[in-house]
Amino acid sequence: MAATPNTAGIGSRRIVVGAHHGVGNFLLQRLTAVVLAGYVLLLLARVFFGGPLGYDGWAGLFVPLWMKIATLLALLALFYHAWIGMRDIWMDYIKPTWVRLSLQTLTALWLVYCAVWSVQILWRV
Amino acid sequence: MSTSATTSKPRPEFRNIHVTQILQYKLPPPGMVSIMHRASGAALFLALPWLLWLLDLSLTSEISYARLAAYGGHWLVKIALVLLAWAFIHHLVAGIRYLLLDLHVGVDRAAARSSALAVYAVSLPLTLLAALRIFGVF
Repeated sequence: MAATPNTAGIGSRRIVVGAHHGVGNFLLQRLTAVVLAGYVLLLLARVFFGGPLGYDGWAGLFVPLWMKIATLLALLALFYHAWIGMRDIWMDYIKPTWVRLSLQTLTALWLVYCAVWSVQILWRV
Repeated sequence: MSTSATTSKPRPEFRNIHVTQILQYKLPPPGMVSIMHRASGAALFLALPWLLWLLDLSLTSEISYARLAAYGGHWLVKIALVLLAWAFIHHLVAGIRYLLLDLHVGVDRAAARSSALAVYAVSLPLTLLAALRIFGVF
Protein backbone atom coordinates (compact mmCIF):
# COMPACT_ATOMS: atom_id res chain seq x y z
CA MET A 1 0.00 0.00 0.00
CA ALA A 2 1.28 3.46 -0.81
CA ALA A 3 2.20 5.57 2.16
CA THR A 4 -0.27 8.38 2.65
CA PRO A 5 0.95 11.61 4.20
CA ASN A 6 -0.16 11.51 7.81
CA THR A 7 -0.61 15.18 8.56
CA ALA A 8 -3.00 14.62 11.47
CA GLY A 9 -1.08 11.76 13.05
CA ILE A 10 1.35 13.77 15.13
CA GLY A 11 1.18 15.18 18.62
CA SER A 12 -2.20 15.32 20.33
CA ARG A 13 -3.91 14.29 17.10
CA ARG A 14 -1.90 11.14 16.80
CA ILE A 15 -4.11 8.12 16.10
CA VAL A 16 -3.64 5.90 19.17
CA VAL A 17 -5.38 2.83 17.78
CA GLY A 18 -5.07 0.93 14.54
CA ALA A 19 -2.89 -1.49 12.78
CA HIS A 20 0.66 -2.31 12.06
CA HIS A 21 -1.11 -4.31 9.34
CA GLY A 22 -1.19 -7.33 11.62
CA VAL A 23 1.04 -9.72 9.66
CA GLY A 24 3.15 -10.51 12.70
CA ASN A 25 0.11 -11.27 14.84
CA PHE A 26 -1.49 -13.22 12.00
CA LEU A 27 1.57 -15.48 11.82
CA LEU A 28 1.93 -15.76 15.60
CA GLN A 29 -1.74 -16.73 15.90
CA ARG A 30 -1.05 -19.68 13.60
CA LEU A 31 2.31 -20.57 15.15
CA THR A 32 0.88 -20.63 18.68
CA ALA A 33 -2.07 -22.69 17.40
CA VAL A 34 0.31 -25.34 16.04
CA VAL A 35 2.30 -25.38 19.29
CA LEU A 36 -0.92 -25.82 21.28
CA ALA A 37 -2.25 -28.61 19.06
CA GLY A 38 1.10 -30.42 19.37
CA TYR A 39 1.19 -30.06 23.15
CA VAL A 40 -2.41 -31.26 23.55
CA LEU A 41 -1.66 -34.36 21.47
CA LEU A 42 1.46 -35.04 23.58
CA LEU A 43 -0.47 -34.69 26.83
CA LEU A 44 -3.44 -36.76 25.64
CA ALA A 45 -1.06 -39.49 24.47
CA ARG A 46 0.63 -39.60 27.88
CA VAL A 47 -2.64 -39.52 29.81
CA PHE A 48 -4.55 -42.07 27.73
CA PHE A 49 -1.78 -44.56 27.04
CA GLY A 50 -0.09 -44.32 30.42
CA GLY A 51 -2.75 -46.29 32.31
CA PRO A 52 -4.75 -44.95 35.25
CA LEU A 53 -2.98 -42.04 36.88
CA GLY A 54 -4.12 -40.97 40.32
CA TYR A 55 -2.32 -38.07 41.99
CA ASP A 56 1.17 -39.59 41.82
CA GLY A 57 0.93 -40.45 38.13
CA TRP A 58 -0.61 -37.11 37.16
CA ALA A 59 1.68 -34.89 39.20
CA GLY A 60 4.59 -37.15 38.21
CA LEU A 61 4.08 -36.14 34.59
CA PHE A 62 5.08 -32.59 35.47
CA VAL A 63 8.12 -33.40 37.59
CA PRO A 64 10.79 -33.55 34.83
CA LEU A 65 12.17 -30.15 33.93
CA TRP A 66 11.57 -30.67 30.19
CA MET A 67 7.86 -31.31 30.86
CA LYS A 68 7.60 -28.18 33.02
CA ILE A 69 9.22 -26.14 30.28
CA ALA A 70 7.10 -27.72 27.52
CA THR A 71 3.95 -27.04 29.55
CA LEU A 72 4.99 -23.47 30.28
CA LEU A 73 5.76 -22.85 26.60
CA ALA A 74 2.34 -24.26 25.66
CA LEU A 75 0.63 -22.05 28.26
CA LEU A 76 2.52 -18.96 27.10
CA ALA A 77 1.47 -19.84 23.53
CA LEU A 78 -2.09 -20.15 24.83
CA PHE A 79 -2.00 -16.75 26.52
CA TYR A 80 -0.57 -15.02 23.48
CA HIS A 81 -3.09 -16.81 21.25
CA ALA A 82 -5.87 -15.66 23.58
CA TRP A 83 -4.48 -12.11 23.51
CA ILE A 84 -4.63 -11.89 19.71
CA GLY A 85 -8.09 -13.47 19.60
CA MET A 86 -9.59 -11.29 22.32
CA ARG A 87 -8.00 -8.17 20.85
CA ASP A 88 -9.67 -9.03 17.51
CA ILE A 89 -13.00 -9.42 19.28
CA TRP A 90 -12.68 -6.10 21.14
CA MET A 91 -11.59 -4.34 17.93
CA ASP A 92 -14.57 -5.76 16.00
CA TYR A 93 -17.36 -5.04 18.45
CA ILE A 94 -16.34 -2.25 20.85
CA LYS A 95 -16.50 1.10 19.10
CA PRO A 96 -15.69 3.75 21.75
CA THR A 97 -11.91 3.99 21.83
CA TRP A 98 -11.53 4.42 25.58
CA VAL A 99 -13.74 1.38 26.33
CA ARG A 100 -11.87 -0.73 23.80
CA LEU A 101 -8.44 0.31 25.08
CA SER A 102 -9.54 -0.33 28.67
CA LEU A 103 -10.76 -3.83 27.79
CA GLN A 104 -7.55 -4.55 25.87
CA THR A 105 -5.46 -3.35 28.80
CA LEU A 106 -7.40 -5.48 31.28
CA THR A 107 -7.09 -8.48 28.96
CA ALA A 108 -3.34 -8.05 28.66
CA LEU A 109 -2.85 -7.57 32.41
CA TRP A 110 -5.03 -10.57 33.15
CA LEU A 111 -3.08 -12.80 30.75
CA VAL A 112 0.24 -11.74 32.28
CA TYR A 113 -1.26 -12.54 35.69
CA CYS A 114 -2.20 -16.00 34.36
CA ALA A 115 1.32 -16.52 33.01
CA VAL A 116 2.91 -15.81 36.39
CA TRP A 117 0.32 -18.00 38.11
CA SER A 118 1.16 -20.83 35.68
CA VAL A 119 4.83 -20.66 36.64
CA GLN A 120 3.88 -20.96 40.29
CA ILE A 121 1.54 -23.91 39.67
CA LEU A 122 4.11 -25.80 37.62
CA TRP A 123 7.16 -25.17 39.81
CA ARG A 124 5.38 -26.25 42.98
CA VAL A 125 5.20 -29.82 41.70
CA MET B 1 -29.13 -9.92 -12.67
CA SER B 2 -31.29 -13.00 -12.87
CA THR B 3 -34.71 -12.74 -14.48
CA SER B 4 -36.19 -15.44 -12.25
CA ALA B 5 -36.10 -13.01 -9.38
CA THR B 6 -39.48 -11.65 -10.50
CA THR B 7 -41.20 -15.05 -10.28
CA SER B 8 -39.74 -16.32 -6.99
CA LYS B 9 -40.27 -14.85 -3.57
CA PRO B 10 -37.78 -12.04 -3.03
CA ARG B 11 -34.91 -13.14 -0.84
CA PRO B 12 -34.29 -11.06 2.24
CA GLU B 13 -31.25 -8.88 1.75
CA PHE B 14 -28.80 -8.08 4.50
CA ARG B 15 -26.04 -5.55 4.38
CA ASN B 16 -24.53 -4.77 7.75
CA ILE B 17 -26.28 -7.04 10.22
CA HIS B 18 -27.83 -5.48 13.26
CA VAL B 19 -28.06 -7.45 16.51
CA THR B 20 -31.86 -7.64 16.19
CA GLN B 21 -31.55 -9.34 12.78
CA ILE B 22 -29.23 -12.14 13.88
CA LEU B 23 -31.98 -14.71 14.40
CA GLN B 24 -33.57 -14.10 10.98
CA TYR B 25 -30.29 -14.42 9.18
CA LYS B 26 -29.33 -17.94 8.15
CA LEU B 27 -25.56 -18.28 7.95
CA PRO B 28 -24.10 -20.84 5.56
CA PRO B 29 -22.10 -23.67 7.24
CA PRO B 30 -18.68 -21.93 6.86
CA GLY B 31 -20.18 -18.85 8.53
CA MET B 32 -21.54 -20.96 11.39
CA VAL B 33 -18.15 -22.60 11.91
CA SER B 34 -16.56 -19.15 11.89
CA ILE B 35 -18.81 -17.51 14.48
CA MET B 36 -18.71 -20.62 16.68
CA HIS B 37 -14.92 -20.58 16.44
CA ARG B 38 -15.00 -17.05 17.82
CA ALA B 39 -17.64 -17.82 20.48
CA SER B 40 -15.83 -20.96 21.64
CA GLY B 41 -12.53 -19.08 21.83
CA ALA B 42 -14.11 -16.33 23.91
CA ALA B 43 -15.71 -18.94 26.20
CA LEU B 44 -12.35 -20.63 26.72
CA PHE B 45 -10.75 -17.27 27.52
CA LEU B 46 -13.47 -16.51 30.09
CA ALA B 47 -13.05 -19.99 31.62
CA LEU B 48 -9.28 -19.55 31.95
CA PRO B 49 -9.22 -18.66 35.68
CA TRP B 50 -11.42 -21.63 36.51
CA LEU B 51 -9.33 -24.03 34.41
CA LEU B 52 -6.06 -22.78 35.93
CA TRP B 53 -7.58 -23.16 39.37
CA LEU B 54 -8.51 -26.77 38.52
CA LEU B 55 -4.96 -27.40 37.31
CA ASP B 56 -3.64 -25.86 40.53
CA LEU B 57 -5.86 -28.14 42.65
CA SER B 58 -4.86 -31.20 40.63
CA LEU B 59 -1.13 -30.60 41.11
CA THR B 60 -0.63 -28.98 44.51
CA SER B 61 -0.99 -32.01 46.78
CA GLU B 62 -2.77 -35.32 47.28
CA ILE B 63 -5.26 -33.53 49.51
CA SER B 64 -6.10 -30.89 46.92
CA TYR B 65 -6.30 -33.66 44.29
CA ALA B 66 -8.89 -35.47 46.42
CA ARG B 67 -10.79 -32.20 46.86
CA LEU B 68 -10.79 -31.75 43.09
CA ALA B 69 -12.13 -35.29 42.62
CA ALA B 70 -15.00 -34.57 45.02
CA TYR B 71 -15.66 -31.17 43.39
CA GLY B 72 -15.61 -32.75 39.93
CA GLY B 73 -18.27 -35.20 41.05
CA HIS B 74 -20.91 -32.47 41.10
CA TRP B 75 -23.24 -32.57 38.10
CA LEU B 76 -23.04 -28.80 37.55
CA VAL B 77 -19.24 -29.02 37.31
CA LYS B 78 -19.61 -31.92 34.89
CA ILE B 79 -21.97 -29.94 32.67
CA ALA B 80 -19.57 -26.99 32.69
CA LEU B 81 -16.74 -29.35 31.73
CA VAL B 82 -18.79 -30.83 28.88
CA LEU B 83 -19.54 -27.33 27.53
CA LEU B 84 -15.86 -26.39 27.74
CA ALA B 85 -14.89 -29.69 26.11
CA TRP B 86 -17.21 -28.79 23.25
CA ALA B 87 -15.71 -25.31 23.03
CA PHE B 88 -12.20 -26.70 23.00
CA ILE B 89 -12.89 -29.48 20.48
CA HIS B 90 -14.78 -27.17 18.12
CA HIS B 91 -12.05 -24.54 18.38
CA LEU B 92 -9.34 -27.14 17.68
CA VAL B 93 -11.07 -28.85 14.75
CA ALA B 94 -12.21 -25.58 13.14
CA GLY B 95 -8.70 -24.21 13.75
CA ILE B 96 -7.16 -27.09 11.80
CA ARG B 97 -9.58 -26.27 8.97
CA TYR B 98 -8.40 -22.64 9.03
CA LEU B 99 -4.76 -23.70 8.90
CA LEU B 100 -5.57 -25.78 5.80
CA LEU B 101 -7.42 -22.82 4.26
CA ASP B 102 -4.33 -20.69 4.94
CA LEU B 103 -2.35 -23.23 2.93
CA HIS B 104 -4.93 -22.78 0.12
CA VAL B 105 -6.38 -26.25 0.67
CA GLY B 106 -10.10 -26.36 -0.14
CA VAL B 107 -10.75 -22.68 -0.73
CA ASP B 108 -13.39 -23.02 -3.45
CA ARG B 109 -16.97 -22.69 -2.32
CA ALA B 110 -18.05 -26.33 -2.53
CA ALA B 111 -14.94 -27.58 -0.73
CA ALA B 112 -15.24 -24.91 1.96
CA ARG B 113 -18.85 -25.91 2.52
CA SER B 114 -18.11 -29.60 2.86
CA SER B 115 -15.09 -29.00 5.10
CA ALA B 116 -17.30 -26.81 7.32
CA LEU B 117 -19.75 -29.70 7.62
CA ALA B 118 -16.81 -32.03 8.25
CA VAL B 119 -15.84 -29.89 11.25
CA TYR B 120 -19.19 -30.78 12.86
CA ALA B 121 -18.92 -34.40 11.76
CA VAL B 122 -15.65 -34.63 13.70
CA SER B 123 -16.19 -32.26 16.62
CA LEU B 124 -19.67 -33.38 17.70
CA PRO B 125 -18.85 -37.13 18.05
CA LEU B 126 -15.62 -36.20 19.88
CA THR B 127 -17.65 -33.97 22.21
CA LEU B 128 -20.06 -36.86 22.81
CA LEU B 129 -17.10 -39.09 23.69
CA ALA B 130 -15.77 -36.45 26.08
CA ALA B 131 -19.23 -36.09 27.65
CA LEU B 132 -19.51 -39.85 28.19
CA ARG B 133 -16.05 -39.85 29.76
CA ILE B 134 -16.85 -36.89 32.02
CA PHE B 135 -20.07 -38.54 33.19
CA GLY B 136 -18.16 -41.74 33.90
CA VAL B 137 -19.82 -44.00 31.30
CA PHE B 138 -16.39 -45.43 30.47
